Amino acid sequence: MTTAPAQAEEASFEATLARHDRIEPRDWMPERYRATLVRQIAQHAHSEIIGMQPEGAWITRAPSLRRKAILLAKVQDEAGHGLYLYSACETLGVSRQELTEKLIEGKQKYSSIFNYPTLSYADVGTIGWLVDGAAICNQVPLCRTSYGPYGRAMIRVCKEESFHQRQGFELLATMMRGTDAQRAMVQESVDRFWWPALMMFGPPDADSSHTAQSMAWGIKRDTNDELRQKFVDMTVPQARALGVTLPDPDLVWNDEKGGHDFTQPDWAEFRDVVSGSGPCNAQRVAHRRRAHEDGAWVREAASAFARRQQQEPQQQEAVS
Amino acid sequence: MTDHTSAYDGLLGDDSAQWAFGQDFEDPLAGVDTTLAAGVDGAALAAYCLMLGDDALVHSHRLSQWASNAPDLEEDIALANIALDLLGQARLLLARAAAADPSVVPALPAGSPVPPEDALAFFRDDADFRNVRLVEGENGDFAVTTARLLLFSTHRLALLERLRDSVDPVLAAIAAKGVKEVAYHRDHAARWCVTLARGTEESRRRMRAGLDVVWPLHHELFRTHPVEATAAEQGFGVDPAGLAADVDVLLEQVLSVGGLDRPTVPPTGPLGRGAGRDGRHTEALGRMLAEMQVVARAHPTGRW
Amino acid sequence: MSGAPQGEWPLYEVFVRGKRGLNHVHVGSLHAADDRMAVHNARDVYTRRNEGVSIWVVRADAITASSPDEKDPLFAPAGDKVYRHPTFYDIPDDVPHM
Ligand SMILES: [Fe+2]
Ligand SMILES: [Fe+2]
Repeated sequence: MTTAPAQAEEASFEATLARHDRIEPRDWMPERYRATLVRQIAQHAHSEIIGMQPEGAWITRAPSLRRKAILLAKVQDEAGHGLYLYSACETLGVSRQELTEKLIEGKQKYSSIFNYPTLSYADVGTIGWLVDGAAICNQVPLCRTSYGPYGRAMIRVCKEESFHQRQGFELLATMMRGTDAQRAMVQESVDRFWWPALMMFGPPDADSSHTAQSMAWGIKRDTNDELRQKFVDMTVPQARALGVTLPDPDLVWNDEKGGHDFTQPDWAEFRDVVSGSGPCNAQRVAHRRRAHEDGAWVREAASAFARRQQQEPQQQEAVS
Repeated sequence: MTDHTSAYDGLLGDDSAQWAFGQDFEDPLAGVDTTLAAGVDGAALAAYCLMLGDDALVHSHRLSQWASNAPDLEEDIALANIALDLLGQARLLLARAAAADPSVVPALPAGSPVPPEDALAFFRDDADFRNVRLVEGENGDFAVTTARLLLFSTHRLALLERLRDSVDPVLAAIAAKGVKEVAYHRDHAARWCVTLARGTEESRRRMRAGLDVVWPLHHELFRTHPVEATAAEQGFGVDPAGLAADVDVLLEQVLSVGGLDRPTVPPTGPLGRGAGRDGRHTEALGRMLAEMQVVARAHPTGRW
Repeated sequence: MSGAPQGEWPLYEVFVRGKRGLNHVHVGSLHAADDRMAVHNARDVYTRRNEGVSIWVVRADAITASSPDEKDPLFAPAGDKVYRHPTFYDIPDDVPHM
């Protein structure tokens, strides 16, 4: 690929990036840029879809009609996020069905946070507050990502994520005004989710193989450690407002760096969960596989029906 | 609308209208005049609202179980929309029941902040639920769900259209809003019923089987309960027997476009002398409520 | 069904006019078996069934574009086999990014 036209295309790609302009689907792009995007967007889309499960499990047990509606709407939003992101991925030439198959065959990953179980209703609040909160930190910069369809999908996603975080925070705040049992439930939930939430930003920069290239391409805009720091600094005052204790005795404000010092999560646990030994990995993928396979006959039926309508439109009303 | 880096802006307001569950949560009937119209018996009105509210609540619960389980993402979203509509109707109807006759609301420990509509949903036993048995069964496959939604929404649309003229202004308003929602539910179910009936051999077989599962239970919708008779008499409700013919014409249309024969399975009989409207349910409802109520009942003085 | 894998519903592009006086704007995509289902799904996915909103849907493979080297400027997903190399998937996934 060293011919003159190819070089011109590459130069134009680089120039577009240098102007902080967007790359659009029909533009020439290096294969590795495209591959990285597919990997990142697919992983993001899978995370939205798998992420429906831990909270979805509580829709049937939501303790008030209002909470039931909020939770159902939230889980529904996550389906929408997955849908927007799969669509963005499809502009790169990979279909949703292919991606779903990669997911259920274990060939593509999703965020490891969803391999942790939800054990109480407080987890619904904690996930909204910490997990969606961490997601927002990760995702707001992606609205400016270099790939047009991804950035546009992220704008829609981020609008709804901010609502998710608010509803989570509001649930926890309400529970903290409730009974002692409820307050204990909130604290226990925060204790469990704090470390996995910190892991959501990925391994420390020193150990991250993709960060540098992704930043050069404008696919990522901030490093893992920068985003993690931002998340911690944002969360500490919120925890104080809630009246919960973050489970890190070494979490203190550092005047010099203008941010908090905090303990790193257990990166060995992180690697285990990513490589499949988290508490819920098998369960999450099996759930998705079952839904996909159980729905096959419905999808086929709709396709067959659409084909028939095209072939015999005049017989639409006829009894077969 | 919101600065997305500061997610707490507007925590208590400013939510755009797109949120299916509206904005005013604390009291579903906030600002609504709940005085009884002349000639309306509060206890009868409450009993009637519980019937319609429980139908919506229980059906919504079953539909919500499709979340993350639907045949495709688009359908996952569509079923959640329908479940949210019905949940909204349930909330208003249960609140109306509580306002019309506070004695229907289960007693909770002193100081409990649980609002009356939640006390009704989460602290009544299955024998106090007044929904028809049609809506409480396990979901089954997508064809069973489609069949149930078709029967239920066809009936409910016919009902709500008439209920818009209720002498109770709250019921009339709930019905006016509900008509638009349920018209959409019926359209959704009818389209899927025809699609499955005329799709593949397998989908046709399943659609037939799905109709056979729910058909025996739908007669109950049109059997006039004494409460419904009173409701019609006093002008705040509708006698369901009068809906049967209209509903039947619409169902017949869908069946005929789908090339489906009308199911010949016999109706499910009552239990003793009663059915769902009398609190005589199938085994499925008790199991469903055990799950639905478990968190709320563990914290009768909890705040959510 | 050209280009789509066996059994997958075709991709549609969705355009919404949020209120009177505005143009229809492209808001995203979805899959549907046929045009009617696409409109129906678009209402559920992109408008939450707001009334007074006008929706257009068009099959992505039916879009004709302005310039020859931009055959499908918006989207032409599965049609473009060039990029569908298996190597896409072989990059190790060690950066979970939510
Ligand atoms: Fe999301
Ligand atoms: Fe979210």
